Amino acid sequence: MSDPVYQRVRANPKFQQLVARRGRLALVLSLIVLGAYYALMMVVAFAPDLLRSPVAEGGALSIGFPIAAVVIVVSWLLTGVYSYFANGEFEDLNNQIVAESRK
Amino acid sequence: MSIRILAAALTAALLAAGPAIAAGDMGAADKQAINPTAIAMFVAFVGLTLGITYWAAKRTRSASDFYTAGGGISGFQNGLAIAGDYMSAATLLGLSSLVYATGFDGVAYTVSFFVGWPIILFLMAERLRNLGRYTFADIASYRLDQSSVRTFAALGSLTVVICYLIVQMVGAGQLIKLLFGLDYAVAVVLVGVLMVIYVTFGGMIATTWVQIIKACLMLGGGLLLLVLTLSQFGFSLEAIAAKAIETHKAGPKIMGPGSLLADPVSTVSMSLGLVFGTAALPHIMMRFFTVPNAKEARKSVFVASGLIGMFFLVVAVLGMAAISIVGANPQYFEGGVVGGKLLGGGNMPIMHLAHAMGGDVLLGFMSAVAFATILAVVAGLALAGASAIAHDLYARIIRKGQATEAEEMRVSKLSSLALGVVGVILGIVFEKQNVAFLVGLTFGIAASVNFPVLILSMYWKGLTTRGALWGGFSGLVSAVALVVLSKTVWVAVLGYATPVFPYEHPALFSMSLAFIVTILVSKLDNSQRARAEIAAYDDQYVRSQTGIGAAAASSH
Repeated sequence: MSDPVYQRVRANPKFQQLVARRGRLALVLSLIVLGAYYALMMVVAFAPDLLRSPVAEGGALSIGFPIAAVVIVVSWLLTGVYSYFANGEFEDLNNQIVAESRK
Repeated sequence: MSIRILAAALTAALLAAGPAIAAGDMGAADKQAINPTAIAMFVAFVGLTLGITYWAAKRTRSASDFYTAGGGISGFQNGLAIAGDYMSAATLLGLSSLVYATGFDGVAYTVSFFVGWPIILFLMAERLRNLGRYTFADIASYRLDQSSVRTFAALGSLTVVICYLIVQMVGAGQLIKLLFGLDYAVAVVLVGVLMVIYVTFGGMIATTWVQIIKACLMLGGGLLLLVLTLSQFGFSLEAIAAKAIETHKAGPKIMGPGSLLADPVSTVSMSLGLVFGTAALPHIMMRFFTVPNAKEARKSVFVASGLIGMFFLVVAVLGMAAISIVGANPQYFEGGVVGGKLLGGGNMPIMHLAHAMGGDVLLGFMSAVAFATILAVVAGLALAGASAIAHDLYARIIRKGQATEAEEMRVSKLSSLALGVVGVILGIVFEKQNVAFLVGLTFGIAASVNFPVLILSMYWKGLTTRGALWGGFSGLVSAVALVVLSKTVWVAVLGYATPVFPYEHPALFSMSLAFIVTILVSKLDNSQRARAEIAAYDDQYVRSQTGIGAAAASSH
């Protein structure tokens, strides 16, 4: 037997909304991070020369380094994006759902 | 040369998420002269952490305090502690030496160690927090058969914990011999004793604060070293790169991908093992239960990712800078031969860099930090192991939930004592062994045994007990088999000429096998119990999403 509280939550349209929207955000962000990472790794494996060209004409530092740094920094910023929405808007929605389930 | 680099890469790759130290090179560590600065700083750290343990002991009353600090750690504090768990001595020593040896390849590895964290946040953090209480077995057994799945999950956790402990102990022994000039056995016993004290008296509260202090020391030391180093190059990365090309024997090649990542299968397998093995390490998962709710859990991963990312970038720059500063200074090579064997082995560039930049004081400080790191990580491991024994095996299986909290805590403390003894004994037994295979095994097991069961129990309605057991078991067997057949054991330990399994990392194969078997067996399971388990997913789903019914923070 399903717990009546959980049944009420499932019947709440806000729950469907929360799950769909938060799930979509998580999926999109995961795909961006994994896409960027595996794109970098595939360039490393199959087209390494692309990463060897220097940042500045005649310079020593290759573009591989800033690109790797950007993957780290952007991935981190995306954890900020997720936390911003999940802990703000979605958390409010979640709190409403929890409150309504106790009725 | 390429074999040495590969070995360094492998060990660094495998060790990055927590265990002590890139083991391959450490085996050759010679005992150094006694280093009083390093010892003084280390003693100061130990004194401070023992003070914290005393303070924490008075606050550790219930089982919830003991396992999860009563859920009373804030997101920010927990973020620091997670970063502490992840920034091991291996990251500091192993990754910097990998960058020192290979340039860009080391940086690419560094990125690989990082990307797991955002994924853990997006896909796992809130569900872990909402479904788990003390251990990962809580999640796996939420709707599956308590006794079999919990036993399986607890044994999976324990295996990972013990493999890790051995690596840590061996790493601690080698490191202390090298940096402090003390005996190997003394170091191992010291680590074991301190670990047992932190855990049995201070529980998760003490363990968390030891981890937080260590994370701050490590970040602070890293940043200080970075500023000192950059000042030598006029704060120009271009200048570091130019000087590195000039000094490194591979020349301009270090600015681009080399041979390390040329094989896409190994690359993918490594990254899968790293990302998902990390997510399934018992002491990392446990950190999600120390915060009061999913909101704080998310905050803690955000903080942890930022600190880890920043630290990795610092380490990458230091590794590059070490090429020209350490790599050109005869003082740091055996017999003063530049380009020969580094004093203390291949993992030492960052320590030599610390010496070059800040003399004995900075070297002593960084040595103390590296050793403190091992202490902090073993404490987390011991706690994860003790909770698997006391909470899962004893309280839930043996006593069928009838054990009182006091009994359960007593068993936890005895378990951490036992783990300390086991760790010390195995640490001494394995002194001369190359522990790289144990690390490979640890990650292989975490990614192939724990992870598929964990993620499917959270995300897939169709999972059944039978599927989880069969899948987890095939992951275990295949991960062990592939590690044994790979170069790390088949060639390096058993002495055969060529490995049967051509890749170093089992995860791509063993983890896939575990997933396939779990799904197939679950699909074929038509039993009454399976139908009940599938039906129970709907309630679990609501709880995992909303936290309704999740273990709350304790009230005190």
